Amino acid sequence: MITDAPKIVTARLDHADSHTLERYLATGGYEGLRKALAMTPEAVCAEVDKASLLGRGGAGFPAGRKWSMLRKNPVTYLVVNGDESEPATFKDHLLVERDPHQLVEGVLIAAYALQVTRVFIYLRGEFALGLERVQGAVNDAYAQGAAGRDIFGSGFSIDVVVHPGAGAYVCGEETALLESLEGKRGFPRIKPPFFPAAIGLYGDPTVVNNVETMSNLPWIITNGGAAFAALGLGRSTGTRLFALAGDVHKPGVYELEMAKTTFDDLINAPLLGGGVHHGRALKAFIPGGVSAPWFFPEHLELPLGQDEVAEAGSMLGSGSVVVMDDHTCMVRAAWRITKFFSRESCGQCTPCREGSGWLERIMERIERGQGRTEDLDLLLDACDNISPGLAWPPQQTTICVLGPSIPSSITSAIHRFRDEFLIHIKDGGCPFD
Amino acid sequence: MSTEGMATPVAPPRRPGAPAPAPTHFKGDFLVRARQIVSLYPEPRSALIPLCHLAQEKDGWLTPEAMADIAGMVGVTPGEVLGTASFYDMLHTEPVGTYLVSVCTNIACLLGGAQELLEHAEEHLGVGVGGTTSDGSITLEEAECLADCNRVPCVQVNHRYVGAQTPESFDQLVADLRAGTRSADIPTHGTLIRVRRTVGIEADPADIAAERAAEAEARAGREGAPAEKGGGA
Repeated sequence: MITDAPKIVTARLDHADSHTLERYLATGGYEGLRKALAMTPEAVCAEVDKASLLGRGGAGFPAGRKWSMLRKNPVTYLVVNGDESEPATFKDHLLVERDPHQLVEGVLIAAYALQVTRVFIYLRGEFALGLERVQGAVNDAYAQGAAGRDIFGSGFSIDVVVHPGAGAYVCGEETALLESLEGKRGFPRIKPPFFPAAIGLYGDPTVVNNVETMSNLPWIITNGGAAFAALGLGRSTGTRLFALAGDVHKPGVYELEMAKTTFDDLINAPLLGGGVHHGRALKAFIPGGVSAPWFFPEHLELPLGQDEVAEAGSMLGSGSVVVMDDHTCMVRAAWRITKFFSRESCGQCTPCREGSGWLERIMERIERGQGRTEDLDLLLDACDNISPGLAWPPQQTTICVLGPSIPSSITSAIHRFRDEFLIHIKDGGCPFD
Repeated sequence: MSTEGMATPVAPPRRPGAPAPAPTHFKGDFLVRARQIVSLYPEPRSALIPLCHLAQEKDGWLTPEAMADIAGMVGVTPGEVLGTASFYDMLHTEPVGTYLVSVCTNIACLLGGAQELLEHAEEHLGVGVGGTTSDGSITLEEAECLADCNRVPCVQVNHRYVGAQTPESFDQLVADLRAGTRSADIPTHGTLIRVRRTVGIEADPADIAAERAAEAEARAGREGAPAEKGGGA
C-alpha cells in the first residue's frame, strides 16, 4: 500500500531546477529557518524531539536524543555526514545534488537549535557535482542573509564550511569521519566511553548527523514535530527515502511513509519498483545496505519499519534495498560484497583486516570452481572470529561495526544457498556462467 | 594499497618546532586559494585533504613537491601527508591520465553487468585496472559503489557521473573524451569543485562562542529570567 503521506524531503524534485535558490524560495524555502530563529533554541530541540526523528544514516539513533547528549562547552560543532558510501545507497546523492538548499536550511536550523560554533558539511569526494551544488547553496544562503553574521537579523551567527572527502567507505563511520575531517587517515575511534557528543572534533563536543536527517528539519519546524510523528508507526515516524536497486523494473529513490509500506510494495507496486525485471522470480533481497543480513521471498510482507526489520533478524540500515532475481549467482554476489569490505577495511583491527582478506580469497576460489567442501566451515569459522556467535545484532571484536558487517552476506548465502556453494565446488565452476 | 613505486616526498622531515618552509610549489592563485582553505579550519591539519585536492587540480596528481608544500602549510611532515593521502582512493601519489574512468562493480552494478563492462573496458583501452593508456589520456579504475545505483553499470569520469554504460556507449564515451568534446562538463583530472567559496565568517569558533555567551547574558538580563527550558532536549 502506498500511503498518501506528504513528500517531505523530495517535494521539490519534480522541478528540473530544484537545486536553485529561486525554486527553493518559491516553494517555501527558508521559512523553517525563519520560524526557528523566532523560537528559543530549546523549543526547536523540543520540536525535533517531538518528531521522534530517527537518524537516517544507518544506525537509526533518535536525533533528538543525540542532540540532548551534546556536552556543554563554549566551543561545539555540528558535522554533517554526507559520506554516503554504503553499497546501493544513493539517497543522499539525490538530496545533495537536487535539493542542496534544503540541506543547508536544515543544517542552519540544527546549528541554531544546538548553538554550535561552527558547522562542517562533509561530503564524499566522489560527489563532485554535489560538492559544487552545496557550496553554491551555501554561497547563496550567505548572500541572502540566511547564513553567516546575524542571520535574518536574529543576532545568531554561524559559519558553514563544505568539506570534501577523498574516497574511503569507513569515513561514513562518524568517528572515522571526524578523524578524516581533522586531516588524518580515517581510523574509527574507540568508543565507548567517549562518543562525539562528549569528545568529538578537535576534542570538543560534536553532533554528527546524516544528510537526510538534516533535510527533514525544515519541514519539521514549519509543520511541527507532531505532524511528523503522526506519520509512520511506533518508533518509525515520518517518511523515509528508500533506495531501490538491482533486478527490478524501476530502480530509484522512493520517499515512503515509514512502517506503513512493505518490501512487497516497494519492490512490486507498479508505482514503485514495478516488480522483478524480465519476468523473473525474486530469489533474495538485501533490506538495508550490504552490511545487513539478506531477506527472502517470505519476508516481503514485512513493513519498512526500523523495529519490524530488526525483529526479523536484519536491519533497515541505510534504507537501500537490493533485489536479486533467480538468475543471480549467490556465491558471486556474496563474494563481491566481501571484496568490498576487504578493500575498505581501514586496517586497524586484525579480525577485520585479515579476516576480510581471507574471506574474499576463499569466496573467490569457490566462485572460480577451485573451492573445497571444507571451505564452507572455514568461511563460517573466519566469520565467527570477526563476529563471535554470528548473531544479529552482531557481537564485535573490532573498534567499529565495519568488521561485524562482513559476515552478513556470507552467512546469509551459506545458510540459504548451501547447495549452490556445493555445486560450484563439485562442478569446478559457476553454474550461472 | 600498494606502496611499491610510490613517489617519496623530496623534503626531509622537519624537527618539531622548526619553522615551516615557505611554499615553493603553490604559486599565484593556487597559493591564495591554499591559504584560504587553511583559514577555514580551527586546526590547520584539517586542510590537508582539501589541499591535496587542490594540488591534484594543479598537477593532475599529488606530486612530492606539492606534498612538501602542504606539509609546511598544515604543520606536519611530508611523510605524514603521504601517509594520510595513501589512505584515500581519490588521492593519487602517481601520475594519472587526463581522464580517470571509474567503473563501479559493486553489488547493484554487478547485477547490471558491470564485470562484463569492466572486462570490455580493459580490452578496448588495452590496459588493466589501474593502468593508463599509452597516450596518457585515460586511467581505468575499478570503483566501489559510487551511489548512482539506478543507472547501472555506473561509470564516473573524473568523478562526474556519465550514466549507465553499455560496451558500445563506453567506446563512444572514450572516443569523445579523446576528441575533447566532453571537456565542458568534465574538467581534466584533479579539478573537483569548480564553485569557489565566496563567503564566510572570518572568525574562530572560540570568538563565536564568546559572542554567544555575551548575547545569552544580555538576553537573560532583558528577560529577567533564564529562557524557557524545552522538554527533553
